[in-house]
Amino acid sequence: MSTSTKKKDAGLHNSLVYIVQHWQLYVIFLLPALALTIIFRYIPMGGILIAFEKYNPIRGILGSEWVGFKHFSRFLSSPDFLSYLGNTLKLSVFGMLWGFPVPILLAFLLNRIESKGIKKKIQLCLYMPNFISVIVLCGIVRIFLSVTGPVNLLLGTQINFMTMPEAFRTIYIASGIWQGAGWGSIIYTAALSNASTELKEAAVIDGANIFQQIKAVEWPAIKATVIIQFIMQAGNIMSIGFEKAYALQTDLNMASSEIIATYVYKKGLLDGDYSFSTAVGLFNTVINVILLVAVNKIVAKMNDGQGL
Amino acid sequence: MKKKSRFARYSFQDKALLVVGYILLGLFVVAIVIPMIYIIVASFIDPVTLQNKGITFDFSKWTLTAYERVLSNAQIWIGFKNAVIYSVVFTFVSVLITMLAAYPMSRADFRGRKFFNVIFVITMFFGGGLIPTYLLISNLKLLDSMWAIILPGAFSVWNMIIARTYYQGIPGELREAADVDGANEMVFFFRILLPVCTPIIATLSLWQFVGMWNSYFDAMIYLNDSAKQPLQLVLRSILIQNQPESGMISDMQSTAERAQLAELLKYATIIISSLPLLVMYPFFQKYFDSGVMAGSVKG
Repeated sequence: MSTSTKKKDAGLHNSLVYIVQHWQLYVIFLLPALALTIIFRYIPMGGILIAFEKYNPIRGILGSEWVGFKHFSRFLSSPDFLSYLGNTLKLSVFGMLWGFPVPILLAFLLNRIESKGIKKKIQLCLYMPNFISVIVLCGIVRIFLSVTGPVNLLLGTQINFMTMPEAFRTIYIASGIWQGAGWGSIIYTAALSNASTELKEAAVIDGANIFQQIKAVEWPAIKATVIIQFIMQAGNIMSIGFEKAYALQTDLNMASSEIIATYVYKKGLLDGDYSFSTAVGLFNTVINVILLVAVNKIVAKMNDGQGL
Repeated sequence: MKKKSRFARYSFQDKALLVVGYILLGLFVVAIVIPMIYIIVASFIDPVTLQNKGITFDFSKWTLTAYERVLSNAQIWIGFKNAVIYSVVFTFVSVLITMLAAYPMSRADFRGRKFFNVIFVITMFFGGGLIPTYLLISNLKLLDSMWAIILPGAFSVWNMIIARTYYQGIPGELREAADVDGANEMVFFFRILLPVCTPIIATLSLWQFVGMWNSYFDAMIYLNDSAKQPLQLVLRSILIQNQPESGMISDMQSTAERAQLAELLKYATIIISSLPLLVMYPFFQKYFDSGVMAGSVKG
């Protein structure tokens, strides 16, 4: 036996001894999570096969007829494809453009409030909308914007905003900021509270104005957090949530409210077109993964090799 | 020398900048508070007045009818009961499994740690999607079962990473002391480790509870039996689909009256359904920062 295989055997032996000695770590601690992951995450990955088949529930995944990329080409060549892709991208890109800076701005402002009591009360208000459900939020939006609702009463008009495709994106993004910006500021507030107070005092004594203080003290304290948040949001641009878009959809605003996620649901579960729906969903997931990797690479390059 | 307040030490330009900033912040707070007050007041207004004039502080136009009608509806209560059961069970199962899994994953000596990490992290970015998951649930005979909405999301990789980071911040002496006593892993975990993890447990519990309480998608696709529907689905038919539960408005004679009443009921429904979380959450506020901080440190 050569020395390298001996070493390998010894390594394997050590591992076995470790596993036997620490069996609890594997069986009691890790197994429940691992089992759930395999059953509910990995087994459905195998189900992706139906995207390449003419799936027949009776024949099952392995017995159905193989059709290759037919569903993908059907989706990519359909006139609706660009519309759904565009709606998805516009909703999340504009949502991020408008929404991303607001929590950071809120955190900077909160950080400048001297009275702890007032700061706490403001935070309590800012966080509150986060605890309202999607359904209730969309219900509120629908009531407020209805023809007889308070917004029209206030303006003295009778505009039905919920039926206007051109209003959908603004409604979606503005209500998202209303609900999430306060909660989103927590992570930056926490990072800012870690900024060295001595450094801050020194900057003030040196006569630095607010912009200079932000540049020298506060921005360095939150920079890493901002980058991580940016990567995570940019990488998730295609996985914009189903729940809110669906709850704000009306028959008349579909032209801008139908996104890939709602289309996948309707095609798959309402129309029963399992294979096609899975293909569309897979397309979405793959684009998302590519975006995530790309954004991570770009940010890493800009940030001296430090990505996620 | 009397110490001046921080604000007084700013230059004129900085003061102007700050005032503009505070006004913006104030506007944001007002934009949050005003709609909430409007909804609360509107839920007490007589339906005809509400539709024609909006809210009023003429108390002769106030009524409790919306609350009577919503609270006497059985479906709302069924929804509440289900939402409580699902959210409590989900929170318990999810936090337990996540805290358990995070423990070996936090230990440098754990064999296979890198391998398991890859297995878990892949699922954060890639998955089977809606239909394959639906088919699996259906094959497992979990349709119309509460476990269909609890098990698939019970283990959260993201929360596991947060918990793991938190464990790694706990001094190693704690473990060394326990080893001397010959405690095994289970005893160490439940008796010594978990009790010092209260902030992270509280944070994760709050996230999971609120997440389950407020979601509707999984329940919509997996639970068709109306006796099993959680509150959000009941709300959906009232608020989004404009279909008040039977009995809420059926005694009204004209369509116009029914429409006005249905509109009023929405306000009361919003208040009743949102109240529990809005009342509870300030008690958890002290845990928000600690949880988020643990999450912001990369694991």
